[in-house]
Amino acid sequence: MSSADAKVVSPDVALVSAIRARDASAMATLYDRYSPVVYSVALRVLGDTEAAEDIQQDVFMQLWRNPSAFDASRGNLAAWLAVITRNRAIDALRKRRPETDPEDVVLSVVPDMAGEADRSRVAEKVRGVLSAMPAARRSALEMAYYQGMTHTEIAAKTGEPLGTIKTRIRAGLIALRKAFEG
Amino acid sequence: MSAHEQFAEDLALHALGALEGEERTSLEKHLETCRACRLELDQLRGDMALMSMATTGPKPPQRARQRLLEAIAKEPRVPAAVPSRGRFNWWAAAGWAAAATMFLVVVQLRRENFGLRESVNQLAQLTSQQTIDLANAKRAVDALTMPEAQVVTLVAAKGPPQPQGKAFYLKNRSGLVFVASNLPQLPPDKIYELWLIPPGAAPIPAGLFKPDARGNATVVNPPGLPAGVEAKVFAVTLELASGPHDAPHGPGVMQGGA
Repeated sequence: MSSADAKVVSPDVALVSAIRARDASAMATLYDRYSPVVYSVALRVLGDTEAAEDIQQDVFMQLWRNPSAFDASRGNLAAWLAVITRNRAIDALRKRRPETDPEDVVLSVVPDMAGEADRSRVAEKVRGVLSAMPAARRSALEMAYYQGMTHTEIAAKTGEPLGTIKTRIRAGLIALRKAFEG
Repeated sequence: MSAHEQFAEDLALHALGALEGEERTSLEKHLETCRACRLELDQLRGDMALMSMATTGPKPPQRARQRLLEAIAKEPRVPAAVPSRGRFNWWAAAGWAAAATMFLVVVQLRRENFGLRESVNQLAQLTSQQTIDLANAKRAVDALTMPEAQVVTLVAAKGPPQPQGKAFYLKNRSGLVFVASNLPQLPPDKIYELWLIPPGAAPIPAGLFKPDARGNATVVNPPGLPAGVEAKVFAVTLELASGPHDAPHGPGVMQGGA
């Protein structure tokens, strides 16, 4: 084996290691890389710039205080931050205590999104899948995802049976998965 | 897809945090014993993360960055524990004692968990470095011991004491060990440079070195040496320490043909 065969540490993992060593400049780099994702998710859920800034601050402070909560073997950092942000924003929207421990967030089969080009490619593809989805399915998925509505609430709002709402939400998520398979 | 179809739709809702009540309790109980459903839940969370990546909006204001950096600058390295207060009551005290014990157990477990993760990360880094070191050492040993390794002796052009060098070169793996002795000491602005000279081609830099107090020096697997290059001659020149080191500029000190 030559040195070239040695495992290459991804920049995200290196940044998190530096944060673990209390390197503030690493935190600034990570903020510059992922704050657009974090902020836009929080803003989309909450619809309020001040509240979105607060959630963003919470998410990055949480990473600073406990960088070990992110485990690179359980998903990439962009996706992990996005899910933590969404969950935090939904908790804030519904005025409830945080329900998800960040250490419990495990993400499987998420494409690599360390580079900006990767993230743009993924975003473009997801937008394509969503726009090609039947409107009722997309709407159910967005109500659950961005508004944190339960299936019961969605069923009450749309007048559709509970089972139909469940099926639409699952079908929506599976459609996203299939777009990145193979 | 999960083997348990009856939970398939509830898993999607659970990933989104949209499942509640008895359905949620029932699913969480099932998840405790069903690995396939746990894996499917992880996958659904990954699918859900994709939704976030498609979210677009304005960039955060510049003040948010400043706010974060100021906040982390004020953070203590270890967060201080917040003491709790309450009216003294024996029953309450017993309850609090039990809670405190549980809290300490949880804190200890989390600390151990954190420590274990740190250890795993450190071990991974150590293993990676050791793998590189081992590969480097093996190349050096191969250059010294394999039958096809070239052994070249370099001697000074003239004058005692006689500087002497030996180059052990394994071209297919770019393994090179060079050992020199009797080298004159150098002023700070000078340095020796080893060259691998292929037949009919320009010399290739093969390492910079200075002798120790006894006039001995070694070069082991110089970085950047291309693999598979035929060596006709090895030579050492005296160069300016400040460079350039891409081609011989100074006088020759010793050389030897392969």
